[in-house]
Amino acid sequence: MKYISEFRQQDLARQLAQAIGQTVDPGRHYRLMEFCGGHTHAIFRYGVQDLMPANVEFIHGPGCPVCVLPTGRIDNAIQLAARHDVILCSYADLMRVPATGRDSLLKAKAGGCDIRMIYSTQDALKIARENPSRSVVFFAIGFETTTPPTAVAIKQAQAERLANFSVFCNHVLTPAAMRAILDAPQPVAIDAFLGPSHVSTIIGSQAYEPFADHYAKPIVIAGFEPLDVMQSALMLIRQINEGRHEVENEYSRAVTRQGNLKAQALVQDVFELRPQFEWRGLGLIPDSALKLKADYADFDAEQRFSLPAIQASDVKGCECPAILRGAKKPQDCRLLGTVCTPENPMGSCMVSSEGACAAYWSYGRLRGKCRVTLR
Amino acid sequence: MPKPYTSSLDLTTGKVDLSHGGGGRAMAQLIDELFVRHFDNDLLRQRNDQALFTVPAGRLVISTDGHVISPLFFPGGDIGSLAVHGTVNDVAMSGARPLYLSAGFILEEGLPLADLEKIVASMAAAARKAGTPIVTGDTKVVERGKGDGVFITTTGVGLVPEGVNISGDRARPGCAILVSGSIGDHGVAIMAGRENLQFCTSIVSDSAALNGLVAEMVAAAPDAIRCLRDPTRGGLATALNELARQSGVGMVVDEARIPVKAEVKAACEILGLDPLYVANEGKLVCICAAVAAERLLAVMRQHPLGRNAAIIGEVIDDEHGFVQMTTAFGGRRIVDWPVGEQLPRIC
Amino acid sequence: MCLALPAQVITINPDTAMATVSVNNVKVEVSLALVDDVGVGDYVLVHVGYALNKIDEDEAMKTLALFAEAGLSSSP
Repeated sequence: MKYISEFRQQDLARQLAQAIGQTVDPGRHYRLMEFCGGHTHAIFRYGVQDLMPANVEFIHGPGCPVCVLPTGRIDNAIQLAARHDVILCSYADLMRVPATGRDSLLKAKAGGCDIRMIYSTQDALKIARENPSRSVVFFAIGFETTTPPTAVAIKQAQAERLANFSVFCNHVLTPAAMRAILDAPQPVAIDAFLGPSHVSTIIGSQAYEPFADHYAKPIVIAGFEPLDVMQSALMLIRQINEGRHEVENEYSRAVTRQGNLKAQALVQDVFELRPQFEWRGLGLIPDSALKLKADYADFDAEQRFSLPAIQASDVKGCECPAILRGAKKPQDCRLLGTVCTPENPMGSCMVSSEGACAAYWSYGRLRGKCRVTLR
Repeated sequence: MPKPYTSSLDLTTGKVDLSHGGGGRAMAQLIDELFVRHFDNDLLRQRNDQALFTVPAGRLVISTDGHVISPLFFPGGDIGSLAVHGTVNDVAMSGARPLYLSAGFILEEGLPLADLEKIVASMAAAARKAGTPIVTGDTKVVERGKGDGVFITTTGVGLVPEGVNISGDRARPGCAILVSGSIGDHGVAIMAGRENLQFCTSIVSDSAALNGLVAEMVAAAPDAIRCLRDPTRGGLATALNELARQSGVGMVVDEARIPVKAEVKAACEILGLDPLYVANEGKLVCICAAVAAERLLAVMRQHPLGRNAAIIGEVIDDEHGFVQMTTAFGGRRIVDWPVGEQLPRIC
Repeated sequence: MCLALPAQVITINPDTAMATVSVNNVKVEVSLALVDDVGVGDYVLVHVGYALNKIDEDEAMKTLALFAEAGLSSSP
């Protein structure tokens, strides 16, 4: 597969592993946060940690939009779906996320709610066109990569006067989350960041420049493939060794300094900042999430339907909040593997395929149990 | 002799209705003009409620499978051929020679008879090819909306040859793990047919009866084969985990040696799925004594259904029972049990 | 973050701003609403049914060369 397979080659991996081994200062411990859940998933799935020296540690960040979505918002979505007149459209990632009372979209669907799994916002528009007498609500989640497709759908709905279409908006912003991590009262020790791949195709590498400057942390925007992750780690290690803190772009085949201006403009047109938004694990963060502008109020599900703000609490003992901040690892949670498993998830870090706990459980839990010897 | 029925079944424009399940003449006609006509064997033609046959002395195997697949017709097969292959394979995975099949149909009111005939003809062809006639059956009709067109339950019986001992709990450290060909084909072919996913591919289902391949393998190395399993729902990952658990062992497989078609890889990338968890309907996993691995591999590759067979790993001692995999990238991970049905992901 | 995949543009429908793209002969329909100047044969990054960006072939080659270089420069 072009632009995919070449970036997974084993011999290049070994060469990079050697280079990293020779570049690290044996007296230092390098703590690299991979912000994006997709990177967490890739690291575990390909076993990238096995190729890294022992003094390089990946710290898992909160870049998993499913993981940071507060339970109360899933509760709201289920409330919407429970209405006879509503068809709720959702990406598959959300179907198994636990809501209050051990409910979930999948269980609600089994209970008779009309919940449709879709792959694209275009599918949601199609369902709206085909069901003029029902209200079609799109459960929108995602960081900056996924927001432009929602914007396109809203503009299209407006142009077509698709009055039965609306969006339950939970889009969130990456820089705000990075800031929250770095400004935390008890900040987690992080030396450098692997920047998200596809969020960056939209917002551009320049969005990270204030962070590198203000917080004096190296940032390398890393591509999605395991070789990209290793190369980016190498670049970060070099920066750390040399005392630099710059934004470098390893994913130059898809990311430019300005990003996708067309997509940015569309998002600017349709959305505006919420004063604050609750992030699971990170608490209330100002200017961190989006809602529909007044011009598009007709398509805002929160205005069309009254949705009570639900304050849901985490399961006792669930360490998702600490894990999302990078303060703890999945292995540190008492519930992992005892009561919390993918079949019976206690928190979203386990149920989202990008969540650190799910990734660790599904791919990595041999670590610490079996000697990992490579042939 | 007077004609049994005033007019033949309208197989072009007719539909299944409640009378076809009523036990009366309409049902008898459906059975005669559709099922008996296509399945066409002496036992069935006796028209008893059961089929009587003599079994040679030996160990018998029986297996049953319900088939609820949607869509009913997909690239490379349909629910009918799938039903035959599924049960023939389950029987064959014990090393047994499948003898006979039975088939129960639950038809939804409104199912076009033309579709039913296609399915029945396909079943008949599959049964003939596998050498396992469908000798008895049952038909019921449920009201419109209470079925997905048709559900089929097949049961099969088979005879295990003398000296053959194949069971999921017989894997031991040191045994080799083989797979008969590329994985993920069936699941991808089915998903491509699902309207809401909308992708186009030339991949067809690998649905096939494996009893011929198993017979050759058993003949070549009757003592060396310890386990056989067909990786259907849940894919190769599930089959390996099941065997590891049953046998109380661990496994290590090599990703680079697991055959996956390029298109299947691409479709899985697009949907965010792992081919290891995608269903197969014409493949088997074999765990055998290490000394026999190369010999079995050669035998499998001679057979049309085993051309891409490969040795993919080995059984190891592991108290945790993990199925580990060396990734093509060079790292290591476990291949865990799947969680529920695999859903496409955006993240 | 999100799962995005490089795919090659096979056909474009200018009226609907939709394109058929292919990864190893598996074809999907995607919207071009977020990109400009995409032509048949170009590679685009696809996410949730939309093309996000064009892949820059030169930069891709440069990146692959970087990986290989790391290996060369580190060998004793």
